Amino acid sequence: MTPLAKLLEAALFASARPIPTDELSTLDSEASPEAVRAALEEIKATLDDGGHGVELVELGDGWQLLTRPEYTEAIERAQLALRPQRLSGASLETLAIIAYRQPIGRAEIEEIRGVAVGSVLKALVERGLIDIVGRAEGLGRPLLYGTTSLFLEHFALRHLGELPRADELAVALRPLIRVVEDEAEELPLGDAATAAAD
Amino acid sequence: MTVAVLPHERGPSSFDVELPAYNGPLDLLLTLIRDEKVDIYDIPVARIAQQFLARIRHLPLDEAADYLEMAARLLRIKAQMLLPRNDQDDLWEDPRAELVRRLLEYQQVREVVDHLDTMAESRRGRFARAYLPESGPPPAPPLALSLVELMSAVDRVLRVTRQPTLHEVVPRSLDVPGAIETVRGALLLRARLRWRDVVVPGAEPWQVLSVLLALLELAKLGELKLAQPQPFADVEISRDAAGEAA
Repeated sequence: MTPLAKLLEAALFASARPIPTDELSTLDSEASPEAVRAALEEIKATLDDGGHGVELVELGDGWQLLTRPEYTEAIERAQLALRPQRLSGASLETLAIIAYRQPIGRAEIEEIRGVAVGSVLKALVERGLIDIVGRAEGLGRPLLYGTTSLFLEHFALRHLGELPRADELAVALRPLIRVVEDEAEELPLGDAATAAAD
Repeated sequence: MTVAVLPHERGPSSFDVELPAYNGPLDLLLTLIRDEKVDIYDIPVARIAQQFLARIRHLPLDEAADYLEMAARLLRIKAQMLLPRNDQDDLWEDPRAELVRRLLEYQQVREVVDHLDTMAESRRGRFARAYLPESGPPPAPPLALSLVELMSAVDRVLRVTRQPTLHEVVPRSLDVPGAIETVRGALLLRARLRWRDVVVPGAEPWQVLSVLLALLELAKLGELKLAQPQPFADVEISRDAAGEAA
């Protein structure tokens, strides 16, 4: 491996969280972003071809060394590490809605799920998967929720664009998925609310 | 029209949790539509409403509210469907339309949930490094002293001074400016001093206090630094280089 690849491998080993590419670039001031990316690919190839127990994965907003799935059971049986708790159906439904519709208020989530979601939201905020990202303009200025980078890590996503698109779903209705690419755009709230007032 | 027995009319002793867990009334409705093999765009509302009420009968109370709201909605749609209507009336809107829209939307969410669940499972099966950097040394615990320790400290300070004669009142005010001059002079000669160097043995209490106030004043002005490595250790006085430069 090149010296840069070795340096990056050491840094990735030392870190407990995914390291973004630009943060990896600061390890060697002379390395260009292209060189860093090439070095990452080199590490990835080395780990994959050499038959290593860990692999380099791009997730969240960075890169991380992870154990390979085939060893999970043995590691867990020996109680060396424990898998995080699995999310409940209610949590996943709430997360799915927030991921596609963020920023979104509680009332709109409840309208789609048909149940009260107060305690689920609280638990998800505590787990760090979602966060309060602002307040809506409407009556009472309700809190708006959005997903965090931990959400991406939890589902091993690089960005929200990796979620299935609306037209890929079996049931393609009105755009539940408000194209995730233009996240920066301020999304108007309340079209579900007006639709609900029957 | 049949009136169903709603959960809250049953005694609290009849709570029943053997019902498969539904993620809400829409989940239950979708399950019914699947089980009954009916067309989602042409729901037989009367039949589905009947089934819905039968299933929620055993729900624990704290979940019932959301289901009751849906039950009421179903019964209302059922009633609207019974109203006579003119087939030529283009303005007639299917009372089920809103419900169908919500069901489809919810079904879409369920599909995304399946995706998310698969992805989360795949990530869950891989471990990352569990090392987390430690957050520095813990702050020193607050000074815990017993009364005896405090009294013996006072005793040690006063032992330096001459035993005052109790009947003799000496009205002498403190001489802080004088002490400041003394300390400054001492610091000119040596960069580091100890408490014992600036308080001569056998000093009067007013002298000890003057020196103490002088030290605090000079420390405030930034001319020197005071340090005590541990409780009751000799106080170390050193020139403050930064303060001097300023």
